[in-house]
Amino acid sequence: MASQNEHIEHLREIRSIMERSSQFLSLSGLSGVFAGIVALFGALVVYLYQYDFYFGRYYHGGVFLQEDLLTGEALRNFYVFTLLTGAIVLVVALGFVVYFTNRNARRKRLPRWNTTVRRMLINLIIPLAAGGMFCLALLYHGLFYLVAPVTLIFYGLALVNASKYTLRDIRYLGLLEIALGLAASIWVGYGLIVWAIGFGLLHIGYGLAMYLKYEGPDKQAQ
Amino acid sequence: MKDLINKLNKHFESRVRLGVMSVLMVNDWVDFSTLKEALDITDGNLASHIKALEGVRYIEVKKQFLGRKPNTSYRATLEGRTAFEDHLKALEKLINTTP
Repeated sequence: MASQNEHIEHLREIRSIMERSSQFLSLSGLSGVFAGIVALFGALVVYLYQYDFYFGRYYHGGVFLQEDLLTGEALRNFYVFTLLTGAIVLVVALGFVVYFTNRNARRKRLPRWNTTVRRMLINLIIPLAAGGMFCLALLYHGLFYLVAPVTLIFYGLALVNASKYTLRDIRYLGLLEIALGLAASIWVGYGLIVWAIGFGLLHIGYGLAMYLKYEGPDKQAQ
Repeated sequence: MKDLINKLNKHFESRVRLGVMSVLMVNDWVDFSTLKEALDITDGNLASHIKALEGVRYIEVKKQFLGRKPNTSYRATLEGRTAFEDHLKALEKLINTTP
């Protein structure tokens, strides 16, 4: 007859297999920290390029001068600059995510690529792609002030959607991004700050918390 | 006590079978190589246990071609899910009642 401990061991193993096979567990907290730093840096670069454009003054401030408005060539240059910076930030941040997550997978001896990873990515990409295209539509219609909130909302939805296949904590990060995006869609004109908070600070905070929870120095030995 | 043990499903006696069912409980179709990777066992070992589970209709099989490569996937049937859940319940009960 199987002993008591054997049964407990079986149950524990079953749970571990269920988790491993349905969740992508090697997502590294460090990737969030570095992606956040890159995002903050990008926001700083854009701010230094054209700080007048941002902040409530442009939309609500009492001291609103006609000269403050960017027009024609300057406006176009500004958009090109912002989009380019955004694209570079995205690529560098993704690079960090892939690097740290790979490293984490190697350390924990988890598979780097399997159906779970693929499922998570597909679920992440669907809302992201929809959001990206919606932003293009906003730009097309000249509704620039809604772009920042919309990116955050769709990014949050993507995280919530993908969280079913990875560490559950991602779900709450997604909800925070959605809340931030919704708030920013009411109080428009703070696009850059909102981006810096949503993609920068939240990622750093969350990344640190997840790193300490799952990969901290005391957990390295396992 | 004896009653409790009788409720444990004989088809789930091996660790591999428990493992296969665990993976299939939380996923839809899963192919052979993914199962092998998740459980870290050899082809032959996995194949024989899969055949046993298939024999009692706890899992169903789908064979298809991905390009030119044959690909076999498995999924837990309703029968298999119910049986596995009952087995887990029996295990838990056994643990809780034995001092």
